Formats: sequence, structure tokens, C-alpha cells
Amino acid sequence: MRSRFRLSPWSTPVLVLAAILITFAITAGPILLAGANPIQAYALFVINPLTSGFTAIEVLVTATPILFTGAAVAIAFRAGYWNIGAEGQLLLGAIAAAGVGMVVGGWPPIAALAAMIIAGALAGAAWALVPAILRIRFGIDEVVTTLLLNPVALLLVNGLLHGPWRDPVTGFPESPRIAAVAEFPQLLERSRLHLGFLLALAVIVIAWYVLARTPAGLRLRAAGLSPHGARFAGINVGRTLLAAALVSGAIAGLAGVSEVAGIQNRLTSGLSPGYGYTGIVVATLGTLTMPGVVLAALFLGDLTVGASTAARSLGIPSQLGAVVQGVLLLTTVALLALRRYRFRPTRPEEGGGSETAAEVGAADVAAEGQPG
Amino acid sequence: MTFLVDLLAATLRNATPLVYGTVGETYAERSGVLNLGIEGTMYAGAFAGFATAWVTGSPLLGLAAAIGVGLGAGAIMALLTVTLGANQHVSGIGLTIGLIGASEFTNRLIFQGGELQRIEPMPIVNPFDGLAGLGEVGAIFDQYALTWIAFLVVVPVAWYVLQRSSFGLEIRAVGENPEAADAAGVNVARTRYLALMIGGALMAIGGAFITLALLGSFTLDIIAGRGWVCVALVIFGRWRIGRGVIGALIFSLIFSLQFRLRILPGFGELPFELLLALPYLVVIAALAISGRNVAYPGAYLKPYRRS
Repeated sequence: MRSRFRLSPWSTPVLVLAAILITFAITAGPILLAGANPIQAYALFVINPLTSGFTAIEVLVTATPILFTGAAVAIAFRAGYWNIGAEGQLLLGAIAAAGVGMVVGGWPPIAALAAMIIAGALAGAAWALVPAILRIRFGIDEVVTTLLLNPVALLLVNGLLHGPWRDPVTGFPESPRIAAVAEFPQLLERSRLHLGFLLALAVIVIAWYVLARTPAGLRLRAAGLSPHGARFAGINVGRTLLAAALVSGAIAGLAGVSEVAGIQNRLTSGLSPGYGYTGIVVATLGTLTMPGVVLAALFLGDLTVGASTAARSLGIPSQLGAVVQGVLLLTTVALLALRRYRFRPTRPEEGGGSETAAEVGAADVAAEGQPG
Repeated sequence: MTFLVDLLAATLRNATPLVYGTVGETYAERSGVLNLGIEGTMYAGAFAGFATAWVTGSPLLGLAAAIGVGLGAGAIMALLTVTLGANQHVSGIGLTIGLIGASEFTNRLIFQGGELQRIEPMPIVNPFDGLAGLGEVGAIFDQYALTWIAFLVVVPVAWYVLQRSSFGLEIRAVGENPEAADAAGVNVARTRYLALMIGGALMAIGGAFITLALLGSFTLDIIAGRGWVCVALVIFGRWRIGRGVIGALIFSLIFSLQFRLRILPGFGELPFELLLALPYLVVIAALAISGRNVAYPGAYLKPYRRS
């Protein structure tokens, strides 16, 4: 009983904190190269954004798209479906939102917003459909196909912006502005925080509930932990994977809707600086759980806002943000692996070409009895 | 005729980075490790090669720097996936994000985001130059040294080592059945480290070819998914070097063709981005047709622990 109240050094919060500290130690190198003081830089990164109301709200704004993509990636990975295509699915959602947003002028706001959200989710799911079918029907690795569709989606955006959707007024490669009724309302005066943030939280609460409390969620987790075991228990693993892939694509598509309707108010080619890939960082750092995704997205949002301030005041290139994300992903996955072999000295079970979600640490979390 | 000669010359040129990348990825995967760090390794090779050549004035030193970066990237991937047994998908994506970030960070530090810097691209060599009887066709052989090396040295040597040497047998053994390889006295971890580092060096050379030879400059998003294409080509080639290279040539032919189609009347009205997307779609279609239920290396994605 005593051990129950002791915080194990291998418990998830301690492990994630350790991953963050190791990451900071490693990225002190590039900060020193840029001629800045790492301690001062990290203080700016992490603490500074929280010291004023305006920047604290900016943290929420920055966290909004990666809340969506983090949840999207986490759901797919929990099912053992390696969707690396959230970036492309986000862009398709953005295209759909802009397409609908440009023609709904004069509609009631509720109808306009609903049409955009539904179109974006469907577009994201549609972009995820082909890799999912290829995987489930023909055993073709979804990692490669979802990855390859990311540059295709970006080319589609650029094709539209240099072609039919080029802004006729400015001539810039940007789409015309969406109708005023299609813009997401601001949540607070004089801030960029918009309806998308609430939508992201709603999606995450629903995802948490479905994963933790419904038979569909149980099937999804079972398929991820052990496809063979799930099949043996009578679960239709193919259908479960398809559902996970489509839901994941739809949620990633909503990230695109949110950026178009809440921030840009038009389709632009620089809409996503890699939010789909950051979603993988968020999902992994959040150990594939929905509460974890929220914390990880807020942390990365904080870091991103802080890094842009630090870039200005300390002369550190803002590209450091990407370095931190990459190193953070690597240290997290390394520590999760260390923990797995500490507690499970046996090798992973024999399987086919694909690997189970247990490999990212979801199994450990489930074993600790934390739902969702 | 000129069109065809041009097209074939461009096909060999554009296939070069894909050949290095595909051979490199084949080595990694045959040893049992999927290296999704390839996109970032090519990116870092492209940047390190260019930056070193720009600072020192020597493209050869640039190439050496790229090889060093590739060896390092392969070693990091091995540390994570072989020593620690971490998830290979996530490790590879993390490596790619980190290496692209580090390249762009250093790019900013060195060049301050100023105007585009250029170096003198590596020279074109044609060993058949002036050979009577070739005539116009001889222009196909106007290629960079790194292209000649790719097709005439790297591909045959990589094939020979993998299929005919004892080291290649060890790579294939630890990728198919590490338990048996271990029992036979093969050092599984050492073999995988070497395969990943050799593969990383090749990927980085492929990236450096783009900056040092093809363009003579470095721009953001310079790899533009070529690394992901290589991962697909490895599957398309069913983990065989020869078939992977053929895949690279087909992809490059389509890639080079769409560039030339743009100038033709009728295609001019199409947004060129749609034509640019064509090669990626062809790869996916090729996978859908030829990649059905292919046999992956036996120990693909599986870390090895002595029990």
C-alpha cells in the first residue's frame, strides 16, 4: 500500500518532466552557438509568455491547431494505425473551409459555421481514406502513403492559389477572404482567441469519453495493444482501423478549418508551419492520452510563443523551436523505451509488418489504470 | 531528338539523389530498422554540404561534411532504435524534425536570412566527350561526377556487399532473424549500427548532390519529400537494390517529363503544381499495384533484446 502514494521515478509525469529537462540540456548547445545564455533563454521560453494576459492568451491561440492534430495523431496511434499524414489532412480541411467560406455570404452564421466545419472534417477524412483502404485491404504500409500525400496536399493548395483561387483584387497567391458570417467569432475582446479553441477542447472531451468509456473506444484500444488478441476476441480489426483513420483525418481537417476561419480568414500557402508533424510531438509527449495531449499542446504553445519573443530579444533564430520539438520527441520516445524494458524485460510479441501501439507507451499508461 | 536526349539526361540527373537515398534506406531496412529520419538526413546533408563548401570554397570538403552529418544521423537513429529499442516510426520522425530544424537554425546563424548565396556547382564530366559516332546523343552523358559515381560505383558495390559479402549476409541475417544471427555469433547491435550509419552517409550524399551539383545553392524545403519517395521506392523495389534503382529511374522520368510538359501548349493552362504532384501520385499508385502484401524483412520494426 505504501508504494501507491510514492511517486515512482518511472511514472508518466516524472518521465515527461525528465524528457523536457534533458531536451533543454541538449538544446543549450545551439543557444550557446547563437551567443545567448541558455538559462535566460529558457526562462523567456517557458515563463515569459505566462507573465502577461496578452501573451498567455496567445499561448492558447498557438495551442489550438496542435490540440486538434495532437488528438488526431493520438487516436490513430492508439489504434496502431500510423497516420503521419495529419499535415495533409489539415490542409484539405483548410481548402474545404475556404471553399465553403467563400460562398456562404448571406447565410445565417450558425449554418455557415456548421457547413464549414462539416466540410472540413469530411475533407480531412477523405484525404485519410485512400491510405487506410490500402493498408486494410492490401497490407500497404500507411506510413509511406500518408507521408507522400502531405506534399501532394501542399501542392494542391498552391495550385489553387496560383490558379482559380488567386485573389483577384491583390493578385497575391492567397484566396479571396471568406464571408464575414463564416469567420469564427472571437472569444475575448482584442485577442486572437477564437471559437476554434473551444471546438478543440470539445473534440478532446468527446474523444476522451469515447476512448475511455465506450465499447468503440475499447475496441480501438484493443486493436492497438494487440491486433491478434483483438481479432481473437471477435473484434473486426479492419473496420476499427478504418474508423480510427477516418476520425483521425477528420479531426486533423478541423485544425485546418480552425486556422482558416479563426486566424487567416482565407486560404494561404503558409497556413501550417508543420502543425501536422507537431501533432506527433504533442501526442507522444502526452503519452497518447487526451489529458496528456491537452497538457502537451499547452506546453508547446507556451514554448512557441516564448521562442518568438526570445528570437527578438536574445537574437536566437526562431527555428530553435523546431530543434526543441525534434529533440523533445526523441528524448520522450527514448525514455518511454527505457521504461518499457525496465518493467517488461521480454521482447515484444511476434507480429506482422506492423507494430502495436504498446510500442509508444500506451500500454504502460493503460496498465497504470489511467483511462483515455 | 533533342527533347528525348534532354529528357534522358535530366532523368539520370534527377534520379541521383533518389538512388543514394534508396540504397541508403535499403541498407537500414534490410538490417531491420525503418529509418524515417531519411528526409531530415538528406536535408541536413544538403545544408551541411552547401554551408561547408561556401565557407571553405571546396565542394569536396562540403561532401565530406555531408558524409560526416549522415554518419552522425545514422548513429543517433541506431542509439535510439537499437540500443534503447525505441519506437522506430516516432524516432525517425523526431530525427527528421530535429535535423531540418537544426539545418534551418544554422542557416539563419551563418547567412542571417540575407540574399541567396551561391557556390560554383560541381563540374559536369562526360567521359565520352568527342567520341565519334555518338553525335547529339552524347549529351545524355553530360553528368555530374556524383551521378556517375552513383550508378557506376555505389549501386554495384552496394549490391555486391549486400548480396555477396559476409558483411551483407550479416545485415540481412540481423534483419530477418536476429535470434539466429546472434546464435551464429553475429553482433546484432554492431551490424545494425553499421547499416544505419552507412545508410545515413548515403542519404546525406544524396541531399548534398542537390546543393553542391544540381543547384549550387541552398533554399528552404529543398528536399521536398524526396526522402519519403525513397522510403516508398524501397518497398516498391521489395528491398532489392536493383529494383529500387529502377523505381528511382521511373519516378525521375515522370518527374523530368512533367517539367518539360509545362512548356508545351495545352499544358500551359494547368497550374504547374498539379503536374508537380503527379510523381507522388504515381508512386502511391505503383505501391498500390505492386506493394500488395509484400514480404517485409522478418525483424522489420522489431528491436532486439537478448532474452
